[in-house]
Amino acid sequence: MRAEALSQVGLGRVGHSPQRVGGRTRVTGEQRYVGDIHLADELQVKLVTIPAARARIVAIDAAAAQAVPGVRLVFTPADLPQPVPRFGPQFADRPVLAVGETKYHGEPVAAVAAETVEAAEEAVRLVQVHYEELPALVTIGAALDPAAPLVQDPSSRPGDPLAHTNVLREHRYGWGDLDAQAAELVVDHRYRFPMVTHFAIEPHAFLAAPDGSGIVVWSTIQHPYWLQRMLAKLLGLPLAKVRVIAPDPGGGFGGKQHTKYEPLLAFMALRVGRPVRLVLSLEESFQAARRAAAEVQVRTGVCRDGTLVFQEIAADYLIGAYADIADRVVGKGSYIACGPYRLPAVRIVARAILSHTVPSTAFRGFGTPQVIWAVESNIDEVARRLGLDPLELRLKNVARKGEVFIPGDTPADGDWAESLRKAAEAIGWGTPRAPGRGRGIALGIKLGPTTGLSYATVRLLADGSVIVSAGTSDMGQGARTVFAQIAADELGAPLDWVTVVMGDTAVVPYDQQTSASRSTVLMGSAVLRACRDVQAQLRAMAARLYEIDEAAVEVTRGIVRLPQRELPISVVLSEGLGPLGGELIGTGEARKEPVPGHPLGGTAAFYDFNCTAAEVEVDEDTGDVTILRYVSVSDVGTAINPLQVHAQDAGAAIMGLGHTLMEQYIFDEAGRIRNLGAIDYRIPTSMDLPRAFETLLVENGDGPGPYGAKGISEGALLPVAPAIAAAIRDGTGVAIRELPLTPERVWRALRERDAAETASDVQGVPLAEGFPMAARHGKPSRRRQHGQG
Amino acid sequence: MGETIQIVVTVNGRRRALDVEPTATLLDLLRDDLGLTGSKACCLVGECGACTVRLNGRIVDSCLVLAAEVDGGEVMTIEGLAPDGRLTALQERFLDHGAVQCGYCTPGQLMAATDLLARIPHPTVAEVEEGLAGNLCRCGCYVQITEAVLAAAEGER
Repeated sequence: MRAEALSQVGLGRVGHSPQRVGGRTRVTGEQRYVGDIHLADELQVKLVTIPAARARIVAIDAAAAQAVPGVRLVFTPADLPQPVPRFGPQFADRPVLAVGETKYHGEPVAAVAAETVEAAEEAVRLVQVHYEELPALVTIGAALDPAAPLVQDPSSRPGDPLAHTNVLREHRYGWGDLDAQAAELVVDHRYRFPMVTHFAIEPHAFLAAPDGSGIVVWSTIQHPYWLQRMLAKLLGLPLAKVRVIAPDPGGGFGGKQHTKYEPLLAFMALRVGRPVRLVLSLEESFQAARRAAAEVQVRTGVCRDGTLVFQEIAADYLIGAYADIADRVVGKGSYIACGPYRLPAVRIVARAILSHTVPSTAFRGFGTPQVIWAVESNIDEVARRLGLDPLELRLKNVARKGEVFIPGDTPADGDWAESLRKAAEAIGWGTPRAPGRGRGIALGIKLGPTTGLSYATVRLLADGSVIVSAGTSDMGQGARTVFAQIAADELGAPLDWVTVVMGDTAVVPYDQQTSASRSTVLMGSAVLRACRDVQAQLRAMAARLYEIDEAAVEVTRGIVRLPQRELPISVVLSEGLGPLGGELIGTGEARKEPVPGHPLGGTAAFYDFNCTAAEVEVDEDTGDVTILRYVSVSDVGTAINPLQVHAQDAGAAIMGLGHTLMEQYIFDEAGRIRNLGAIDYRIPTSMDLPRAFETLLVENGDGPGPYGAKGISEGALLPVAPAIAAAIRDGTGVAIRELPLTPERVWRALRERDAAETASDVQGVPLAEGFPMAARHGKPSRRRQHGQG
Repeated sequence: MGETIQIVVTVNGRRRALDVEPTATLLDLLRDDLGLTGSKACCLVGECGACTVRLNGRIVDSCLVLAAEVDGGEVMTIEGLAPDGRLTALQERFLDHGAVQCGYCTPGQLMAATDLLARIPHPTVAEVEEGLAGNLCRCGCYVQITEAVLAAAEGER
């Protein structure tokens, strides 16, 4: 199938890597991001915040601010419809401006619109906010304390049995009988994952302008149609009167999925009757979106031959003060907490815990990196305790292709053992390594979308050029290029004769969202079907022109095949359209239907699967970790654009190195973020890369997308932390169960190891009787070789 | 807001006479006064490199330079790299090697890499990584960027 497809390669060259569509404007500086857009007569908006996390707002005095020349509006909650409108993708819990109480550091209490940024900033300084600071909850432990204040008013959660706690929701999954499993060893540990932020280099930006009887909003949003729905509801407008324009975001990573300050801007624009514009600072972006922190308890039961017999997971996610999409993140992420393994019995309990922190939202991996970190680290521990090779243990237990590993869900859709073997081979697993160095390997798996709906139109113009309309957001993942490649190949146009229109709800047909690595599979299929619709019209056209039976005409990949001859599409098109010209319009739709009764509302469209292996060296004196070699292997089905797939995987791995080695929010006792901004919150730079870095692909054409493609781009982030931690463990003997693995944390663990060794020469961990003591704590010189070595 | 300062500055070869606010930065001047939005705003504290431009022959974070300071100076921005529409070898190699994803950091990366190659025509991998360490890329294109810079240095066509 794939060989045939490639033998008929069209000019888009599916399976090859042409230059990124939209790349040229990105290297010349011409690309227009939201923050580059100005509207005639626009006002500049700045947010009014207070230097507190949780505080009771006593009064807001706007008089001095209003007197600043150029200030047109000081907008407070009193200026909004009453009660103040609330919104959110899951629960309508977030007010347009803080009502009565701020619930996290950075929550706006008012906003100013002025003729210039300087005037707006001056006015913000002069808005007098009288407030009374209140104790804030910023940890899981504090939020779960029965005496803790409630983050959300119980009256806003009617009929919710958890309303009088800070648990927003609890999710339970499982199968089999844990107690009936005869485990010969149980490994039980708690793992911690830090609170981190997306840090897209493009901060969020928004414009809103009255538009006749409606409104038009520009946003860095990933989900323009969801924003359109939300604004229509808040403003009482029909969908057709809310136009959302969403230029390609400068990085999204999930942080731009959901509505943030667009409702505020819309209300302000309608109030002043002029366009308003707000560009967040990087610091404000930190206060707009983040990933949930988590504490995950993992109990793994295993037989002495390495067969896993049960897993029990208790995952607590620290979400923010408002739900955003965080409860779905918790529910979906924890659902696959047990990984890609065959397990007779599983019990998972996950809680979304409210706190006085920035609302957590979607972030590459969607709740899965937290649990994969825990479970894969525990699996590594299991292997060490049994004296088995961590690779062999995984190969023994990983689900085989076609095997159901979560009852009621999509069976394993790839040859996952192949990814493991490929990663192991590339890192030289089992071969001797230098003293002081360690190797680790880990898996990652995540569900693709559980529901979805994408429409596309493809217009074949009279000269054979093509316009694709697809509501995906291209925030760097390269969807625009993939869709253009598909259309170019199917319709025989050169790639630079294809235009892909995105990001305007008034122009482009509906797409549910750009998330869960869905766009190649869902929108790609919609584009493919729209091309096939055009091909069908061409068949009818050729049958009419050449007076033959339509069934005798075949249109594939740019060629019209008649019984006696073959013609390029453009020839048939030009004859068929005739002197008036015109175009053929194809439509395509791709659906992933909900499944009633399924705990997530639907099964996985595919799995995002990755195996990562790393070799590290740890500086025993400083705790600094150097990654000498790094291998990431993703099962992608078919790489429609291999260069982009490799870049997405490398990018996901580097982003994963951030939460693994350096990134975390730090709070003071009052709940204020102490490391806002690029100076105090570090993300990986070109100096933080592995010395040798390889991304590899497994391509078996077994995905549900065009030409056998699967979704990619999240998988490669999932196993980063457990692979690096396992390598540190292998090299130094220290198991660290809290991220990030900063030099300080590693150094402390090394010193604890040294102290323990001094105190007692035999410090074993309890093992099932008769098992060899495989991986006792020890200095590098005492390290064992891997099982196969 | 207050008195403005008159300056004359050459931007991408064009002489401009401007009145600037005392607090305005070079980045403000480029983006707001001249509409040259290719230089990007992100951290505004000189850590991310998205606003990198060439000033009087050396690269600077334009968010850290006051507009008033560039009086009499010469500035080149991303818009000046390929003024006749023909991409430079470095721009082409960025596209060939997949060094551009979302593209937001790309102008800064290109300005820094152009400067690097002017100083070190045949850099090592380490020199490229160190030379571009001040330009953050959250898409994580660092490997591809380094490949593109090395390819441009080798005159790959």
